[in-house]
Amino acid sequence: MAALSLGVRAAIASFVILAVFLAFWHLGTQGTGPGAAMDPEYAKLMGVTAVTGQSAMPGPGQVGIKLWEHLINPFYDNGPNDKGIGIQLAYSLARVLAGYALAVAVALPLGFAIGMSPLIYRALDPFIQVLRPISPLAWMPLALYTIKDSGLSAIFVIFICSVWPMLLNTAFGVATVRREWLNVARTLEVGRFRLAFAVILPAAAPTIMTGMRISISIAWLVIVAAEMLVGGTGIGYFVWNEWNNLSITNVIIAILAIGMVGMALDQTLGRIARLVTYPE
Amino acid sequence: MSRDHARPLVRAESIAKIYHGKGGTTAVFEDLWFSVHEGEFVCLIGHSGCGKTTILNILAGLDRSDAGTVLAGGTEIDGPSLDRAVIFQSHALLPWLTVLGNIAFAVRSRRPGWRRDKVLDHCRQFIDLVGLNGAEDKKPAQLSGGMRQRVGIARALAIEPKMLLMDEPFSALDALTRGMLQEEVLRICRETHQTVFMITHDIDEAILLADRIILMSNGPGAVIAEIVENPLPRDRTRHDVHHHPLYYATRNHLLDFLVNRSRDLAGTRHIDPRHPPVVRPASDWPAPVQSIPARALGNRTAG
Repeated sequence: MAALSLGVRAAIASFVILAVFLAFWHLGTQGTGPGAAMDPEYAKLMGVTAVTGQSAMPGPGQVGIKLWEHLINPFYDNGPNDKGIGIQLAYSLARVLAGYALAVAVALPLGFAIGMSPLIYRALDPFIQVLRPISPLAWMPLALYTIKDSGLSAIFVIFICSVWPMLLNTAFGVATVRREWLNVARTLEVGRFRLAFAVILPAAAPTIMTGMRISISIAWLVIVAAEMLVGGTGIGYFVWNEWNNLSITNVIIAILAIGMVGMALDQTLGRIARLVTYPE
Repeated sequence: MSRDHARPLVRAESIAKIYHGKGGTTAVFEDLWFSVHEGEFVCLIGHSGCGKTTILNILAGLDRSDAGTVLAGGTEIDGPSLDRAVIFQSHALLPWLTVLGNIAFAVRSRRPGWRRDKVLDHCRQFIDLVGLNGAEDKKPAQLSGGMRQRVGIARALAIEPKMLLMDEPFSALDALTRGMLQEEVLRICRETHQTVFMITHDIDEAILLADRIILMSNGPGAVIAEIVENPLPRDRTRHDVHHHPLYYATRNHLLDFLVNRSRDLAGTRHIDPRHPPVVRPASDWPAPVQSIPARALGNRTAG
């Protein structure tokens, strides 16, 4: 047998793992058949699960059928409590990108200032140390009270959770630019503006991008919880709504969708990070 | 060869570097006086720890002297200047820029008003000078150590500085590459009459390149122990320099200094710092098989 490349072998292994998982899932959710004969009235009270032995947990087949329904019609809108999963994801993405963009606009300039000035670093350090470990959801009541808009509050929560990794990484990247590159710029009498944009920014770009990548992952984690709280729209609200509907199938599909979108966000930033990375 | 008629391009007057530690203050070096004249190639030799790189950084304006002043063209140095280009030991190229980009970065700093194609033309001229044609669009990581240092040299020369400061530029290179680059530097300096101040610990490099060699005693408390005038003719090359009758006299003198006398002279007070002894090795010297006491050396003139 010809030796297969590592990539092909890994793909085969992944496929086998998936198949095994689906097989166990399928077997685990199989009905056990009708239980012991019971009084029809009692059976009515107990519901279909008890009567047929059918698990409330859907099997892979059921999820697959439902997923197909969502995929062929992701953007339907039948009123406030029945929107397509595509619309819900778009709401969540829009909130994440708005909060994230705000965080970029604040974290990059501030991180530059902190990284370039030991005074600003020391002055702001206690605030950062206290604010950073706060769970972003703890801000939610304060945001709701002051902003008085649940949608904007969710965006604020995304902002506050994604600002810290970017801020700290930018400050670190700027502060640790190689001394010799700064010395080159000094001997060439490079001005402050050009120093920041032509030397420090490209030198710190890989570190900054790492922070931005961490931030987008955290933002995507937090939006689900935030939308469960504020309600109305978004994938987080969708999950909670389907839980209230006891539609485990839709919850599983939402989980899958959250994972896929999170991966896409991370891969996109990873690709940008590769563009600004330089070999030394 | 008297250089009294040439005006000094840079003159260090009583410069010092002092560190304040727990156990009092330590002078790495102190009360150094020397000058570099226009068109001259000066090497500074000393063991590590005598503050060679600090001296170069002070001349570059990247570091400050804790005493005295450095005058460049009659005015005091108070920071880096485009008039004094530095070639760093670690080449210090910006890794995200290409060869052309690195040199253009320097040229744009020198000539902010130049149009893009004029800048690039100027850069290509210096890429040509250091023999890097065909590598313009490569990133530093794709180049060998010798090629990177060529880019460093081209970048420094492209801003057409009054003076070139080189901090052990070839010490990280293998012997073959080092020899080739030394020859290139010799050729370029002859063509452009470039003034150079270079730090080295390589005696052969100093004899090949330098007109005058400043010898530092060991630190702490390092002083300029002696200034050696190179007796070899200026048209020396790497291939014939060791056939010159004075080559071994000069080499042995320098070697003897590094091996023996630099240590004995550490922290000495017997040298007039303003006028360290100037020595010109001569053919009638006894072969210095053993250490020669400083006072036995001939041809000493008061600087």
